[in-house]
Amino acid sequence: MTWVNAVIQGVLQGGIYALIACGLSLAFGVMRVVNLAHGDLAVCGAYLALVLSTGLGVPVWYVLPLVLPAAFVVGMGLQVLLLRRALRGGEFATVLVTFGLSVMIENLLLVGATANDRVFNTGAIGVASLHIGSQITLPWLFVAAFLTACGVLSGLQLVLSRTSWGRKVRAIADDIDTARLVGVRVGPLFATVAGIAVATAALAGVFIGAIGNFNPLTGTTMLIFAFEAVVIGGLGSLWGTLVGGIALGVTQVVVGEINQAYAVLAVHLLFLLVLAIRPAGLFPSGQQARVAQVLG
Amino acid sequence: MAPPELEPVRVRRWSLAASATAGSAAVVLAVLAAVPYFIGGPAEQPLIIAFTFIAMATLWNLLAGFSGLTSFGQNAYIGAGAYGLYLVASHGVNPFADIAAAAVISGLVALPVSALLLRLSGGYFAVASLVVAAVFQIAVTLAPSVGGTTGVSVPGLGGYDPVLREALTYWAAMIVAVVCVVGVFLLVRAGFGMDTRAVASDPVAAASLGVRVGRIRLLAYLAAALGTGAVGALIALQTMFIEPTSVFSIQYSVEMLFMVLVGGMGTIEGPIIGALILFALQQTLSQNGAWYLVLVGGVAVAATLTVPRGLWGFVSDRWGWSLFPVGYQVRDRREEA
Repeated sequence: MTWVNAVIQGVLQGGIYALIACGLSLAFGVMRVVNLAHGDLAVCGAYLALVLSTGLGVPVWYVLPLVLPAAFVVGMGLQVLLLRRALRGGEFATVLVTFGLSVMIENLLLVGATANDRVFNTGAIGVASLHIGSQITLPWLFVAAFLTACGVLSGLQLVLSRTSWGRKVRAIADDIDTARLVGVRVGPLFATVAGIAVATAALAGVFIGAIGNFNPLTGTTMLIFAFEAVVIGGLGSLWGTLVGGIALGVTQVVVGEINQAYAVLAVHLLFLLVLAIRPAGLFPSGQQARVAQVLG
Repeated sequence: MAPPELEPVRVRRWSLAASATAGSAAVVLAVLAAVPYFIGGPAEQPLIIAFTFIAMATLWNLLAGFSGLTSFGQNAYIGAGAYGLYLVASHGVNPFADIAAAAVISGLVALPVSALLLRLSGGYFAVASLVVAAVFQIAVTLAPSVGGTTGVSVPGLGGYDPVLREALTYWAAMIVAVVCVVGVFLLVRAGFGMDTRAVASDPVAAASLGVRVGRIRLLAYLAAALGTGAVGALIALQTMFIEPTSVFSIQYSVEMLFMVLVGGMGTIEGPIIGALILFALQQTLSQNGAWYLVLVGGVAVAATLTVPRGLWGFVSDRWGWSLFPVGYQVRDRREEA
């Protein structure tokens, strides 16, 4: 039963990886930006939530209505002030700029918040568990994280496939020049997408902080996990990303059950294995390996 | 007798400036080579760092600048070189002779890795290279035979007098830096250089013109891994202790990025200038690790956005300077006459 428990817990944890990965995938699919600061932005969200929840003396969940809009604005600002300029230099320049940004964020956090591990005040839900039968015990926090991830992914999927805004986003992802020609205003759209990407990252950051702990260097690990979820699932497929995240989570928890020291190594090796045998991921989105196709 | 018919243009590959560079470089190197005799330790320690910076920047430029491979995981090969040195030296071989062996080990390690990574490009290649570095680091910490998480000290150095040991490390670092710069210069000047630059600017167009894109990228990747391995071995020799978190530190990749971006990507001069700038920063700020990296990251971002071709690119665009000519200069003979 330990195994069943481990697998279920892995699936739930995978939801969080998918949650952080979906912003990465969205930004790449729409703007062709591989945001190497994505994980660090998630950790920034966690720190902001920590500061607010400590300051107000409430569990971390109550400050989400403040953190998420702030993250959205940060994402828009990032796009308008930095990434838009970087994009003129091509994908290459965005990779360099976001990597530089990632280094800056990590070290500013180190200066401002020290390297100490932090934990959240998660309130009553933080210690409650869901019992299924007599053997399986699932922390509510993991269940909530997984459900939130599914909710966000479905929401994004719905918005992208059903709304006119989503249609424009898909048009840009498909062919930005043609989209411009038919009158799609790319600038504001990019800013909104960047805002959504950073807001989802911050949400994931809060969950990651809630189920474990975090420090300024958690961001790079988060980036790598998110990226692995995206590649394993297949570039540009949101549900593929969820499957990728689950594959990571299950591998991590199950291998960790055997020997904790090998858990992260196993995740990385799984990723390299997928890269070796199915470089397009498990659910490749066909010829135009673009977010739009699968989302649409 | 009538003069032979002149071609209307003349193609030049060398210049007066290049001769002057070669001459002054020879003088500077001769002076630097004599440092252990006259100044010794206090100058050697920082200069070793400067040499490793020059080598790292030049090699990363071969990858990112000339071949379009933005690897942020080159710290994997710093570590591979350091542990390669340990493995060979622990079999009783002279550690200084091992630098070449460590480089070869690092190159061999890069071979299977390249099969995976070179399928990717752009940002995806960049992040996957981070994963590879993480795998290397974890793998080493799980191997008790190479010291696990605590690390190992470099064997075979105990028999050396400290003054001699430092001097040998210093000369080795100088040789590695010179070999990297001259090697990359010659490589890029040869047909390989034309091919790499074609691949970097547009792989599809390059392939359609008959450039063997896969082979060029592989060669650049292996050459960079080889050289970076030698740098890793040097770092191990200098610190005399190999610890996974420090030899696999992503800081090396950050520094490579900084030097090449600020100095000027895709030139031979740029990375050297970038290395000297980083060296100055490092010497003044290294006591303050986090702020040093904040500044390094910030300047790299600013440089990408404002001077995308780096300081040297800016200078050579403006005045047409070239100290290490790797291209072809076409001159009109009638204008020259």
